[in-house]
Amino acid sequence: MKGFKAATAAVSLMLAAASASAVDTEAPLRSAEQQSLYRKLLEEVRCMVCQNQNLADSDAPLAKDMRRELRRMVAEGASEGDVKQFLLDRYGDFALYRPRLAPNTLLLWIGPGVIVALALGALALVIRRRMKMPIPEED
Amino acid sequence: MSGGRRRVRWVLLLPCAALAVMVYFFAVSLGRDPSLVPSPLIGRAAPEFSLPELLDPGSVFSLQDIEEGPWMLNVWASWCSGCIVEHDFLMALGRVDAPLYGLNWKDAPADALEWLQLRGNPYRVIAVDADGRAGIDWGVYGAPETFLIDAKGIVRHRHVGPLDEAVFSQVFLPVLEGSMQ
Repeated sequence: MKGFKAATAAVSLMLAAASASAVDTEAPLRSAEQQSLYRKLLEEVRCMVCQNQNLADSDAPLAKDMRRELRRMVAEGASEGDVKQFLLDRYGDFALYRPRLAPNTLLLWIGPGVIVALALGALALVIRRRMKMPIPEED
Repeated sequence: MSGGRRRVRWVLLLPCAALAVMVYFFAVSLGRDPSLVPSPLIGRAAPEFSLPELLDPGSVFSLQDIEEGPWMLNVWASWCSGCIVEHDFLMALGRVDAPLYGLNWKDAPADALEWLQLRGNPYRVIAVDADGRAGIDWGVYGAPETFLIDAKGIVRHRHVGPLDEAVFSQVFLPVLEGSMQ
């Protein structure tokens, strides 16, 4: 039992250390609304240098610069759309983890849905046809 | 009846065909180098900047100070290893008619000056972007990067990584020659 307690303590310590190393150490923005928008953007914007991290997780110098820029924009009253357009104009779709709906991302958005719809349609057709078939007589 | 049956078979192939199309596009995307992010700046006017000059910190260098005609902007820093790789090539670029400007990105001016003293200065003017703010406007995500701007002030190409003879003659030269006419 003691060993178990020690293990839990160790794990929670590790977790605490992990969250303490969260990279954004700035004080929260003055308005709670702005702070939550800022946090949301950090989750959704890609760190361009370390491409599989978002701005919230990355301690790369460029991520730091971009956080500073996003912070400034949000503090000055920019909307989510303003900030995203700012990023799209400079870094393109790649900057956003959730790509917008555009001609070159269309397949990404509707492709799976089209396939499911086609498959369901084909399935329905087959079932309807089978139902119309005469039931083979038993010997 | 047999005609109907054929129609059913054909319909069954549709989902498979759609899946094949998606698999094809995603497979093609897999082969692309994800670190080469296309710049949305291509085809648009070069972003404004107004920055101190590295060699003359008292004066400000901005887009309006650039001479008429096509030009290039090379993003570099003394900490950047790729910049050493391309440096000899940049030094030889003097023979080209288009001037090369430098954007000293996220660097300490003292380090940048020492670097130039050691290796030579290939730039017409160097702008200091110490905090990376101008770099963000140019969509810079790593050094070195080299932008090609035509005589109308439109960004025509962005090369990520060390510039070399092959890229220069294949991509930069045709635009420069077209821009001269």
